[in-house]
Amino acid sequence: MKRLLIARLGSPNLIAFLIMALGLAAAPVFIDNNYIITVLTIIALFTMLTIGLSLLMGYAGQISLGQATFFGIGAYSMAIFSTRLGLSPWLSLLAGMILAGGVAYLLGMLIFRLHGHYLAMATLGMNIILYLILTQQVDWTGGPSGFRGVPDLSIGGMTLSTDTHYYYLIWFFALITIALSLNIVNSRVGRAMRALHSSEIAAETLGIDTGRFKLQVFALSAAYSALAGGLYASFLGFISPSSFTINASIKIVLMAVVGGLSSIWGATFGAAAILVIEQWLRTAIKSLVPGASGEQEIIAFGLILMLIMIFMPEGLVTGAGKALRARIARRKPERAQPAGG
Amino acid sequence: MSLQTEIIQFLLAGITVGSIYALIALGFVTIYNVTGIINFAQGEFAVYGAFIAITAFQKSRLLSGNWQVALEWPLPAAALVGVVITTLVGILLYRLAIQPARRASILSMIIITIGAAFVMRGAALLLWGTDPYRLPVFTPGPPLKIFGAILTRQSVWVIAVTAVLLVILYWFFNRTLTGKTLQACADNPKAAQLMGISPQRMALLAFGISSAVTAIAGIVIVPSTFMTYDRGLTLSLKGFVAAIVGGLSNPAGAVLGGISLGVLESFGAGYLSSGYKDAISFIVLFIVLAVRLGGFLRRRGSAGERAGL
Repeated sequence: MKRLLIARLGSPNLIAFLIMALGLAAAPVFIDNNYIITVLTIIALFTMLTIGLSLLMGYAGQISLGQATFFGIGAYSMAIFSTRLGLSPWLSLLAGMILAGGVAYLLGMLIFRLHGHYLAMATLGMNIILYLILTQQVDWTGGPSGFRGVPDLSIGGMTLSTDTHYYYLIWFFALITIALSLNIVNSRVGRAMRALHSSEIAAETLGIDTGRFKLQVFALSAAYSALAGGLYASFLGFISPSSFTINASIKIVLMAVVGGLSSIWGATFGAAAILVIEQWLRTAIKSLVPGASGEQEIIAFGLILMLIMIFMPEGLVTGAGKALRARIARRKPERAQPAGG
Repeated sequence: MSLQTEIIQFLLAGITVGSIYALIALGFVTIYNVTGIINFAQGEFAVYGAFIAITAFQKSRLLSGNWQVALEWPLPAAALVGVVITTLVGILLYRLAIQPARRASILSMIIITIGAAFVMRGAALLLWGTDPYRLPVFTPGPPLKIFGAILTRQSVWVIAVTAVLLVILYWFFNRTLTGKTLQACADNPKAAQLMGISPQRMALLAFGISSAVTAIAGIVIVPSTFMTYDRGLTLSLKGFVAAIVGGLSNPAGAVLGGISLGVLESFGAGYLSSGYKDAISFIVLFIVLAVRLGGFLRRRGSAGERAGL
């Protein structure tokens, strides 16, 4: 298992991965602030959500506007299976992942052979259907007022109860997600897709089954999201439908776009950046327009999405990196010219 | 109420709501045909049309009460200003966001229009808040009776406006030079360009027409249902489903699709479950996508892709 995870990472990625893991492991020793630990934990959850979508957008060239659906399936599976059906919390977590992966696989089979807009609309529709189910099936889900009393996870008889426990647990899973995704990106198919700049026809000519690859990436992204959802439910102990709306889905798109499509490391950056900007904007808008309430930060989020897509369609981190490299490359011949002429 | 009257009642309600979906679907089709873009901000035009008309019509408190507006214009003038400003918003959207990115991939374009929808929805929230708004009915009076079923006067307005718009659009696309130019752009952009037609000017025109039609939809529906800042997304999705049912590039199909979707929803809400009314259109979407898979596959490149828009 360990070899499978690390084997293909390559040395720069491996070093970055180890530094990140060590830094995260040490952080709670220096940070004696529950709020910051909680924020870092939420960044880990959104890292998992964003990585799946980055893979889907960057490598499969498809977009899902409903990733919060899988997040919600994971969270409510954890809540319902572990309380109403008496499954253990760990099994409930796994069940949620399988359920979300299955839903994604079915939907993907239906839609992936169509190009462009259909998956986007279908995933939006899926998100609305989930929201309706969560608010209507009150007996199972608790309805709009939410579900209380999601049990804690436990490891070897020790029940995880503090924020720091969950910080370690959730980052552990986030790091596994990162390692696994780096491996997929560097796998034979992943390399081929990247080398061909996601030209499907070229890839297919070389005998790569792009359809199956896309489907697998989509199902995997759903499983990642459900994993994040289950952990989130256990961590907070309370979930409500408002966390799994289309706005949440678009926020995940925004994180992936800021992080740079197809960039695994960027996902963490994107998640962190947007969560911080969101907090800052909420206070800024309240002081600017007295009495304002609601999710007004979506104005800024929409603007960021549009600006990045107009000027850097590969996403902020990837796009900025490329622009920088191009600039350096352009400067070199300029300097060489006087010597030559 | 007898079963027969009940069925007619549901049918009438469905046709009324379906007319709105049809108008929004027409908005989708107009933009898609000329540019190959599905505009995810389409439904926001309906919200803006309604909100601007309401603000011009009655005393309003905007920006959480920090800005008082008391225009109190007569209803027709208020409606007109709602359509005109929303059309300008549509044109601005094309100019500022779509045109600069016209060579972008479908994926980027989806994200850009989603971003635009977010900006518009957020701005609506900032300006008008979370309160539901409503206009008075256009012509007050007792409802009409058709085979024992009731049809409100506003419903007559909705259906009539849809019919008139359909006739105008048909006449415009088939009988005027500009309309024919737009169609030429949709049919074969390369050839159209060679004939001296600017695809970008046509795309601008398409965005203008599309936002105007959708704004009208928002204004005619707002006397019979409350409008809130976040209705745009659901309206977008239903208009899109209607457009897909009608074949996505066919205006008449879009209208038929919209009306059948409205009728289906009305019966579904009446006989199955009103709570899941909104789910019906998406189940229809999944079924249509599954069934039409072969049909869509054969026409891979959309009009806009070929145009390089």
